Parts: sequence; structure tokens; C-alpha cells
Amino acid sequence: MTDQSGIDTLQYLSGQTARHVRLQLASPSEIVNPLLFFLLVVILFPLGLGPDPERLALMAPGILWVVALLANLMICMRLFVDDFEDGSLEQLAMASTPLALSVIPQLLAAWMTGGLVLSLAAPLFGMMLGLPVSAVPVLVASLLMGTAIMLLLGAVGAALTVGVRRGGILLALLILPLYIPVLIAGTRALDEALHSGDPVVALAFLGAGVTGGLLLAPLAIAAGLRVSLEL
Amino acid sequence: MASELSVQKGVRALLSNVSLTVNQGDVWQLAGGNGVGKTSLLRAFARLARIEVFGRLERCEDVLYSGHSAALKGALTPRQNLMTHPSGLNAPSDLAIDTALEAVGVLGHADVQTARLSAGQKRRVALARLFLPSPRLWLLDEPFTALDVQGVNVLEARFLEHARSGGAVVFTSHQSAALGDELKVLNLEHYCGD
Repeated sequence: MTDQSGIDTLQYLSGQTARHVRLQLASPSEIVNPLLFFLLVVILFPLGLGPDPERLALMAPGILWVVALLANLMICMRLFVDDFEDGSLEQLAMASTPLALSVIPQLLAAWMTGGLVLSLAAPLFGMMLGLPVSAVPVLVASLLMGTAIMLLLGAVGAALTVGVRRGGILLALLILPLYIPVLIAGTRALDEALHSGDPVVALAFLGAGVTGGLLLAPLAIAAGLRVSLEL
Repeated sequence: MASELSVQKGVRALLSNVSLTVNQGDVWQLAGGNGVGKTSLLRAFARLARIEVFGRLERCEDVLYSGHSAALKGALTPRQNLMTHPSGLNAPSDLAIDTALEAVGVLGHADVQTARLSAGQKRRVALARLFLPSPRLWLLDEPFTALDVQGVNVLEARFLEHARSGGAVVFTSHQSAALGDELKVLNLEHYCGD
């Protein structure tokens, strides 16, 4: 019996994730925009700082992580808006499936089309800033985990502000303070990798963040959505 | 289903002491002018307005609620829209989807982006959900909006069919529906709060 319901839950999650990915792919601009933003900033920084490769490489961890953070903020601002406006969200809240479970497919789809794509494109951007190839694995690993944490945290803020007209600034104010530890850990891991130190501690911190976020954020997101829907 | 229910919006009491029992086979119309509280009451029945409702509310677990916003994705085709309900629960067969789309007369547009359809056609796609396997109790907010005469007839026939097969329908509308004897009307003008 429990096996059966376990399979059903898996089917439900995979089916819904596929639906959300299909929705994201139907409006590709929302996937491309954060990438384009990333690219623009990475092109502009060398113009502003001067083309000295050593100085750029020194600053690359900070630049890459700040831009990834801001791109992630762009993704979070759109997160529940469409579903709120067209009524899908209240249907989701009415359904017998707990809201904390039924928001997970949407988060997963948003990460796959957002954070995952950013993390995989980041080595290219890193090389444009003169980041040594030896630091690339740490860059990708730290961004994979960092974007997941930032999406989970951002989704809590997005859930709370989705009912607010032009809630973008409010969202940024709410969640930027929560992003700071992630930013510090991420740049720290990259710095260590650059100066042949040990990035494991910072990466472990990010890993712990993902685990904790996966456990707690869906509950907070569900509660936030209920507030926004005035349930 | 509900007895002595009061609905408040902010500090203003919208409705007080409304009682309504919906049995199998019932088709109820919540009538009344604009702003009288039809939608608020319907949302209360759907448990979508918990804060503002006082009184006793007993409801069977599964309902189908269709509100002002149709929960359709403009970027998907009508067929893809029907494939999963926004609540994520039913995944009807392709045949069932075709039959439902045909019943509401939009089968010819099944593979066009929903955003390109007219308001009435979108409405029809949303209402096609009523022709798929669905819960017994339907709560429909202004289902006749933007429909042409033929669409209204199809929908009314579907209401009666659903009621006769043991279901129940509660819908809001300010026009009188041609549903004959089986229609029961609850006029909310008589329950105004203030």
C-alpha cells in the first residue's frame, strides 16, 4: 500500500515537473534573459576595470557570484506570478495534495531552466574573466548548490510578495540579507580554489544549505502562498 | 452544506445567515446583482476564503471549482492545458480530451496556442474540464460569461446530465438560466449583511 502511494507520488512529481518545464520552454525569453544579463555584465567588467588579466582573475570569484545572485533574483521575481494571476495557484491550494509537496515540481523546473543552465554556462563566463581552468570544477559545484539555495530562499520571498503589485523591490529587500551567507560561502570556495587552498569547507557549508533548504523551504513557501491567497 | 453562514469582506458584512443544502442531483443558482456576494459565497464553499467566513460549513472533499480566472496557460495548447488539471490530479486519456474538446466545439483549435483563441473560445476550453472525469460537486463562478447562445445550451444540457448522474452543481449568474424545474435559485439579495 505504501509502495503504491510512493509510486503515485513519484509519478505526480515527475508529471508536474515535466509540465512546468514545458511551460518554461514555451516562453524561452525567461530562460535566456538571465543568461544574457550574465553575459552583458561579464563583458562590461573588463571594460570598466581595465584588461589586466591578473587583476580580473583576482576579482572573478566576486563578480561571477554577485552576477549569479542577481540573475537568480530575476528568476525568483517571476516565480509564482503567472500561476497567481491565471488562478492555477488557487486550484493548487484547493487540491488534496499538500501545497508544500505540490510546489516542489515548480521549484525543480525553475532550477533546471535557471540555476542549472547558469551553472553550466558559468565556466565560459569565468574564462572571459581570466579564471584559471583549475578553478572551474569548484565554480560549477559551488554555483549548482548556491543557485539551489538561492532559489529556495527566493521562492519563500516570492510566495509572500506574489500578491503585491510590483513586489520586485520588496522581494529583493526581503531576501537579499538571506543571500549574504551563500554569497560569502560561494566566493570563499572559489578563492580557496584559486589560491590552492581547500574549498571543501565552504562547499560543505553550501551542501548543508541545500539539504536544510529542501527540508524547510517548501513548508515556508506553502505558508507564504496561503498568506498571499488570503486562505 | 452550509448553515447560517456569514461572509465578511474587510469590515463590511456581505452576507449573513445564508443556509444552503446541496443534495445529489441538485442544480443551484446563486443569483443577485453585482457585488451582492455571489463570488465570495462560492469561494467560501470552495474553502478559498477562510478568514472571512463565519458559520458552519460542511463539504464533501472533492470539488471542482472554476473561477473568474480560468487557470489556462496561454503558452500551451488547449490539449496540453487539459492534459493536467492545474491541481495536478487527473491525467485523462487522449480520447477523453478529444471528446471533451469536441463537446464544447473547440476540437478544431486543439493544437493552437491557447493565447491566440478568442475570449469565448478560451472560456470553452476551460469548460471542457466539465466534460472530463470530474468530482461530483461543481462550484462554477459565472460559467456563462462570454459564451454564445449555442455554448450556453451545451453547458445547460451538461449541468442536467451531471445532476441526473448523481452529481450536483452550484453556479453563480445574474441571468436566468433555462434549466426548467430542476433549477433551484438562491437569491442573495435577501441575505444582505448591513
